[in-house]
Amino acid sequence: MPYPADFKYTKEHEWIKSDGTTATIGITTYAQDSLGDIVFVELPKVGAELTAGKTFGSVESVKAVSDLYAPASGTVTEVNPELATAPEKINQDAHAAWMLKMTLKNPVDLKALLSSSDYEKFISEEGGH
Amino acid sequence: MRYLPKSPADRKAMLEAIGVNSIDDLFSPIPAEYRLNRDLKVPRQMAESEIVDWFRERSRENGDGHSTFLGAGAYYHYRPVIIDSLISRGEFLTAYTPYQAEISQGTLQSIFEFQTMICELTGMEVANASMYDGSTAAAEAVMMAVRLTGRRTVAVARSVHPEYREVLATYAFHQGMPLATISFSDTGRINLKELEAAITSDTACILVQSPNFFGTIEDVEAVAEIAHRKGAMLVVAIAEAISLGIVEPPRSADVIAMEAQSFGVPLGFGGPYCGVIATRESNVRQMPGRLVGQTTDRNGKRGFVLTLATREQHIRREKATSNICTNQALIALMANIYMTVYGKVGLKELARQNLAKTAYAADQFSKHGNILFSGAPRFNEFVVQTSEDPYAINSRLLGHKIVGGFPLKKFYPELGNASLWCCTELTSRSLIDTAAGHVAESERSVRSAKEETPEEVAR
Amino acid sequence: MKHFTRKATRHVSQNEGLIFEKSSSGKAAWRLAPLDVPEVDTEKLLGLSERKDLGNMPEVSEIEIIRHFTRLSTWNYAIDLGMYPLGSCTMKYNPRVNEVVSRLEGIANGHPYQPEKISQGAMRIIKTLSDCLLEITGMEAITLQPAAGAHGELTGLLLIRAHHDSKGAPRKKVLIPDSAHGTNPATAAMVGYAVENLKSNASGMVDVAALEAQMNEDVAALMLTNPNTLGVFEQEIHKIADILHAKGGLLYMDGANMNALVSKVRPGDFGVDVMHLNLHKTFSTPHGGGGPGSGPVAVKKQLEPFLPRPVLISKSDGTLGFDYDRPQSIGRVRSFYGNFGMFVRALAYILANGPDGLRQTTEDAVLNANYIRKGLEGVYDLPYSSASMHEVVFSDKLQAKKGARTMDIAKRLIDYGFHPYTTAFPLIVPGALMIEPTESEPKEELDLFIEAMRAIAQEVEEDAEVVRTAPHSTRVSRLDETAAARKPVLRWKPAEPKREA
Repeated sequence: MPYPADFKYTKEHEWIKSDGTTATIGITTYAQDSLGDIVFVELPKVGAELTAGKTFGSVESVKAVSDLYAPASGTVTEVNPELATAPEKINQDAHAAWMLKMTLKNPVDLKALLSSSDYEKFISEEGGH
Repeated sequence: MRYLPKSPADRKAMLEAIGVNSIDDLFSPIPAEYRLNRDLKVPRQMAESEIVDWFRERSRENGDGHSTFLGAGAYYHYRPVIIDSLISRGEFLTAYTPYQAEISQGTLQSIFEFQTMICELTGMEVANASMYDGSTAAAEAVMMAVRLTGRRTVAVARSVHPEYREVLATYAFHQGMPLATISFSDTGRINLKELEAAITSDTACILVQSPNFFGTIEDVEAVAEIAHRKGAMLVVAIAEAISLGIVEPPRSADVIAMEAQSFGVPLGFGGPYCGVIATRESNVRQMPGRLVGQTTDRNGKRGFVLTLATREQHIRREKATSNICTNQALIALMANIYMTVYGKVGLKELARQNLAKTAYAADQFSKHGNILFSGAPRFNEFVVQTSEDPYAINSRLLGHKIVGGFPLKKFYPELGNASLWCCTELTSRSLIDTAAGHVAESERSVRSAKEETPEEVAR
Repeated sequence: MKHFTRKATRHVSQNEGLIFEKSSSGKAAWRLAPLDVPEVDTEKLLGLSERKDLGNMPEVSEIEIIRHFTRLSTWNYAIDLGMYPLGSCTMKYNPRVNEVVSRLEGIANGHPYQPEKISQGAMRIIKTLSDCLLEITGMEAITLQPAAGAHGELTGLLLIRAHHDSKGAPRKKVLIPDSAHGTNPATAAMVGYAVENLKSNASGMVDVAALEAQMNEDVAALMLTNPNTLGVFEQEIHKIADILHAKGGLLYMDGANMNALVSKVRPGDFGVDVMHLNLHKTFSTPHGGGGPGSGPVAVKKQLEPFLPRPVLISKSDGTLGFDYDRPQSIGRVRSFYGNFGMFVRALAYILANGPDGLRQTTEDAVLNANYIRKGLEGVYDLPYSSASMHEVVFSDKLQAKKGARTMDIAKRLIDYGFHPYTTAFPLIVPGALMIEPTESEPKEELDLFIEAMRAIAQEVEEDAEVVRTAPHSTRVSRLDETAAARKPVLRWKPAEPKREA
């Protein structure tokens, strides 16, 4: 499974793409595959503060719910409106179906995250869900 | 034992197949120090006829053959006989929760119809498939408002059923939800000035009941205006479901917490009853309890399933909207059949009769006692103040196998000798006249007792 | 496709639409007696509160209602039709005498607020049931107020909280085994406790060393199910209780699995401080498509002052009454006295059994589960070799290799005439098949079940597709749950808005 090299990843299966000051967040294709058909995404409002490592929302399938953990701290500037009516877009292309955009509080947060090759290694070790 | 379908030969064969000598071997995991080696001290096994006799005695000791004027959150209405005919079918009575939708379509479709009719009656957009009762539905509805607004405090009208408030207090205490109680005015309705002053930017919701505990219909629009202007939600509890036949539902409420017992559920000494939560579609994900949704199968055929289960305990575990698992499905089915029997025209007619009977009773009682809260409309209950302690009046009525109105001193001591009387379509005119006669007699004897002691200064 | 077993075959079943689709103005199933008091002017009495229209409420005749619900009922599986092998649900026979006695007039029509003088019958029912349940559990005081098991758990945790508060040392968390039912952590959170997971050991029981390590003065209680959700009796239960008690913690027992214990052992004797019972499981009250239930909570003496009010008492004149003067009570958890109708049924069940019947019931429940275990050992993977009591847990490990999971096998079981067992629970067994037959199953039904499960395992080997796409014989095939959750349709709506009459 190709994981974009310009993304960074968390062990909770979120991806983050950043230019140093702003960032875009989503969940990985591994995550959507584990969840199954996604039926609902709970996201914060514009202006909300995210704290690295803390939950900021959730993703629901028919049989399971997964919390979403902020890869970095910052303020939400934009929320993807498509996901409210078509959450299945995450199943279709998880790396294109962004969830929210934010300004970064501490760009150094990203240093601690996994690269695409680290992440691929991590999920192959984690095995089945 | 007649419920156990095994012969000694069966048991023997099974033990052999398992490869043990006796059934005791299968209980060896229980450490010997705890194993009970004596009979349980419960009554000896009874024949079916003895069981029926035993309960018949209890029935006789429980006021069978009495007429009642009690309401106060549990109402005596006629139950169409087809309710029991239908719910007694084994396929309804002994069915499990409809998790396996393919073999539970009967239960699922009937719940879907129930949800629809509750929406029609309450003016809400979605309704769940029952909570334990009106009191827990109210508590859960309040907690919903807390989650939805992100605020903490709750304003509760004192005219809400005292036991509903007690249950809410129990739930609230451990969720860090401060409760503010708002008193009622002399119309019996919530005191709007007091309410306005009590609402802050931390108020999650206002809880009122309509018709309220006194039978008085609240000015829901006015309460809603105050709530919404301050960013709080309005939760309305409904204890007498029949009122929805003739009283406008609280359409400006955000959440309605209902007790559906009046819809064909026996009084049964307090339970099982049927709570329901109804709300707007936008709140559905914070709604506790089971929900049935319509969908299609692989061949495009319409079917029904439990849905939005991710709110529930078996998936969310500690993040669930509630811990509720078992609900009141069979009782909801009773209510469903009842609503179907009466329907669009019958429910209105039924409610009208309740209104008429109560208006007549209040009128008759007003000739002797003091009817409170006449400044606002009421449904099928009214409050009367008597000179004599209502317990004494009721004691005499009991001698005639009549259960009088509910004395309010226990919950509202400031109302003195007030009692709450309910009349339904089953309350005959002669019964009302008899009760009114007793009240009249009571007032007369108190007056004459006063006249006999002229030294006493009459108030 | 393979033939079906001796148990089930196809049959014509009637279609039936929604009741609203049959509704037509002018039809009626009701008739009220004429009003014997003066008519009222509703507009005058109610003013703006008057409701003019009941919208899309249906109008149908009586026979249509009878046919509607009768047809619907034929689409349901039920205990009256056959076994429900659902683990931890205890789907036993619902005796009909229970239904009859609950409908006796004084019992069915008793108002909860009627004077105590004419409530002695109901109170005696409450007292007798309470005494029996205390004897069965070996506990010292009891409340019947909670309306269901989860409600009982809530009450139990509130009692625990009140206990610790009264000692001036409120605690922060509750330990819950990873094998626990979902209501356990959900309830703990509702009461404001943090939940800490307790791992199970290799035998599927509580890891006592882990418990010792995790136990401290911040732990209010351990919530335990015994036998646990694997159907295994916690043999170290007294050690578990001691570890908790040594540091002031309490042992809460989820009584869902009491069907393995009644008359054989009593939780009060092995160190439980507070527990709930499920009358709709162990004590035969009907499930009714999802409820009502009843979840009495039994406690040891130290928790008695905190019980919900009111409490039933015996007065000096020999009559019974409700005592509301309970200053330390946690308050109420529901209105009135609880699901009284279920008390009647549970008591009738106990009276029908007596001590010998109750013992035989427990023995047959355990016998049946072990018979199934023997019949399916080797065919399905048994993750834990510990002895099973009244339920047995297999896994789909062997069948998963061929692409058939526990849910698929469960759905195929429907074609064989059975309701599925519990799938995917407990969480500690991936792909679990949790089977509890109860004592109500004759040997014949058990043999048919074993035969069906073996046949399905065979099908998985030979043609897994037929299992993966099951069921094939039902009115509806697998339903699209994703669509139901993405775009919920939770009520019927008329095609066009109805005009007001």
